[in-house]
Amino acid sequence: MATPQFAKFYPDFYIERDLDKCIKCKKCIRECTYGAHIWDEKKKILKEDHSKCVGCHRCEATCPTGAIIIKKHPSAFREHANWTPWFIKNIYKQADQGGVLLTATGCAQPFKNYFDHLVLDACQVTNPPIDPLREPMELRTFIGPKPSLVEVEEGENGKFRLKKPLPRNIQLEVPIMFAAMSFGALSLHVHHGLARAAKELGTLYNTGEGGLHASLYEYGSNTIVQCASGRFGLHVDYLNAGVAIEIKIGQGAKPGIGGHLPGEKVTEEISKTRMIPVGSDAISPAPHHDIYSIEDLRGLIYALKEATEYKKLVFVKIAAVHNVAAIASGIARAGADAIVIDGLKGGTGAAPTMFRDYIGIPIELAISAVDKRLREEGIRHRVSIIASGGIRCSADVVKAIALGADAVYIGTAALIACGCTMCQKCYTGKCPWGIATNNPELIKRLPPEVAFEKIYNLVRAWAHEIKEMLGAMGLNSIESLKGNRDKLRAVGLTKEEMEILEVKHAGE
Amino acid sequence: MWHLVLKNKEMSGCGLAGIIHTKGELLPGELIIKSICLQEERGNGLGAGFAAYGIYPEYKDFYAFHIMAESKEALERVEDFLSHRTFLGYQEPIPTRKVKTIKNPPLFKRYFVKPKFEGELAEACEDFEDDYIVNLVMEINEKIEGAYVVSSGKNMGAFKGVGYPDEIAEFFRIDEYKAYIWTAHNRFPTNTPGWWGGAHPFTILDWSIVHNGEISSYGTNRRYLELFGYKCTLLTDTEVVAYILDLLIRKHGLPIQVACKVMAPPFWMEIDEAPPEEKELLTALRMVYGGAMLNGPFAILFAYNGGLVGLNDRVKLRPLYAARKGDVYYMASEEAAIRVVCPDPEEVWAPKAGEPVIVEMKPGSIPNQKSYLKPRPREVEEHELGIRCKHPAL
Repeated sequence: MATPQFAKFYPDFYIERDLDKCIKCKKCIRECTYGAHIWDEKKKILKEDHSKCVGCHRCEATCPTGAIIIKKHPSAFREHANWTPWFIKNIYKQADQGGVLLTATGCAQPFKNYFDHLVLDACQVTNPPIDPLREPMELRTFIGPKPSLVEVEEGENGKFRLKKPLPRNIQLEVPIMFAAMSFGALSLHVHHGLARAAKELGTLYNTGEGGLHASLYEYGSNTIVQCASGRFGLHVDYLNAGVAIEIKIGQGAKPGIGGHLPGEKVTEEISKTRMIPVGSDAISPAPHHDIYSIEDLRGLIYALKEATEYKKLVFVKIAAVHNVAAIASGIARAGADAIVIDGLKGGTGAAPTMFRDYIGIPIELAISAVDKRLREEGIRHRVSIIASGGIRCSADVVKAIALGADAVYIGTAALIACGCTMCQKCYTGKCPWGIATNNPELIKRLPPEVAFEKIYNLVRAWAHEIKEMLGAMGLNSIESLKGNRDKLRAVGLTKEEMEILEVKHAGE
Repeated sequence: MWHLVLKNKEMSGCGLAGIIHTKGELLPGELIIKSICLQEERGNGLGAGFAAYGIYPEYKDFYAFHIMAESKEALERVEDFLSHRTFLGYQEPIPTRKVKTIKNPPLFKRYFVKPKFEGELAEACEDFEDDYIVNLVMEINEKIEGAYVVSSGKNMGAFKGVGYPDEIAEFFRIDEYKAYIWTAHNRFPTNTPGWWGGAHPFTILDWSIVHNGEISSYGTNRRYLELFGYKCTLLTDTEVVAYILDLLIRKHGLPIQVACKVMAPPFWMEIDEAPPEEKELLTALRMVYGGAMLNGPFAILFAYNGGLVGLNDRVKLRPLYAARKGDVYYMASEEAAIRVVCPDPEEVWAPKAGEPVIVEMKPGSIPNQKSYLKPRPREVEEHELGIRCKHPAL
């Protein structure tokens, strides 16, 4: 007798088919990449294997007659506050297979979301709100090191001019950039969409650790290239292709471990871009094997700067962990031009569930702590802070900046804009929406023009909302929001939390 | 009951007036009293004040500390502090009159002091002296409870309190002073009645500011100033303006015109169209001094030993007028407030958003005269900028 597979007994989702509406066109079978829809040739009917459904809603969305609804499976265990179905089913899976639980996206545990406990201010009477439809409203942001003062001299014509040029900075027209997501994890179409959107919006996208596809070099002035522990696709032309190089030390979704692109996802194009053989696993080690301490990081920062003749900014990305403030201070002193802090809620295409859900600290607390530490040490102007992980709406962006960030990264939000339904199965390479896959058939489901349009629209809308919120606060420029805790009040936070965030409670 | 400190940031609307004689001739106090009292509707009796330059010629080389204290004990603590840290040239109570409507005012006393350095530091330069005085002011305001430094500049003083301008003028006997620069303020706060410390002008060294407006960027500005060791203890917008001026002009050596471009910068769409050198400068100012930009509606007048400057916010959300007759320049929130003391000005105009009106005296007009129209290059050292080199605990 075969060993029973307990996990299969209790599917997460339930495919409900309205047989009156179903015309048996079998589109659902073609759309589902997980084989949840089955044609019964004998009975000439469509059947379902609920256990295979991942809840991506592709069949529901594409069914021409609207005959399908994907529901949470109604089958229920006896209620238990502690042993919820999540834990029970995870144990079944591991008992069945003996493996590490794997998942994607960011932390799914209901930890306190500090963004949701912060409210924003608006002007009433004593100062006028500013209407962005009538007045200029400025979001331009500069990423990079700045001196602490400007030296001015008198020119020949009696006009004042700058005595020394400032260090190189990157100008963003909107303080929202696209986080590192590699070609490999994502389809080339999404990368084209991100690159074009970054260009049109005046911001940057990030290659992730997957190298840079030949067709994307033209977007160089809007590109951050990543140098992660696997060094995939890394060569001097790649380093020189963008405007910044990001050294990835860690990621909010999986602090302390590397990455793994399964061999099945390594196609011809990816193999060329990553400079690895077709079909071989691309495994990024947990540490950079040339960085075992802060002075080694300094070594790598300057090696990259030397290799690019000091024309590129170097960012260092870390996961927000307990000691994030001290680590950030070290990174600033090691010579980084910007520090990317990826919080607990930061997303991924593949991570062990335990890492995704339980390692790292919330980004809101991390930004505040890092900003405070760098100010105390008088080095805040030397680096920019980029907040990443769990930014879901434009108000989150505003709050992150008011907590001390210079700009934010969005990743998951950009993918949701492309149609992602958060089924959290990116690591299978079967993304039915054509986003997190490189299957040549599947990627056709999301053409680059569509990806571009959606991502562009999203950021354009957020930028507009940010302008409206700034105007309501009586500000007409984003720099007056930076670190401005007066614009934030806490609702339902403890004294300790408010101290860390440096905010007052509502009503105070 | 009145207070020296506030728990929350205050907000207010206001009326302003300022007069300067560019050849340093002394103008009677009645002028400024008339100009500010005409703007009675712009205040609500909860604060008024005056700043006067050139009123202490006999102690022109001493820093004049105007101290406001809530009790004799607090005043004694200040005296004790000053006697340890300064050479005391002269001291006296600030003369006041009894005013019916002003009940139980705080105590006011003035001290004429010079910094007392120890050992090698004795031969310090003037800038060093100024830093020393700034630190003293910060320490008194922060550490001595119930006492507050109203002003601390040479040959100048600020007089302020809770009341309408005519009451405060009467109380401090403003009509008995003569000055070559006057500024005045009439306050309309939206909260905290009876807050003597909150009246304008705000001062640091010989900078004095009167301000109509609300700085929406206060939180950013305060945190920015903290980087350079300024402690914003009073929780008012105006205090922030005073420290920003001190930082930009005195410490960083920027000319006033440039400092005004930091506080009320042009929009990017204007900067992008500017000639290359100007564009480069304006871009650098916004990149480096974003934290010092004053965002929100304001009109300010600020004065120093040698000049008077008027400035509006970058979209001009508060009124400001300027006028000239002969060697005298006038500025005020309303044209009527100018015409009441100068019925026939040769010129009268409303300055544009973000465009400062800078009036400096003719060189050599007054003792210890300062001019800030040119960049003042100086050796920039890291410690001056408040950068401590502490190693990270990794």
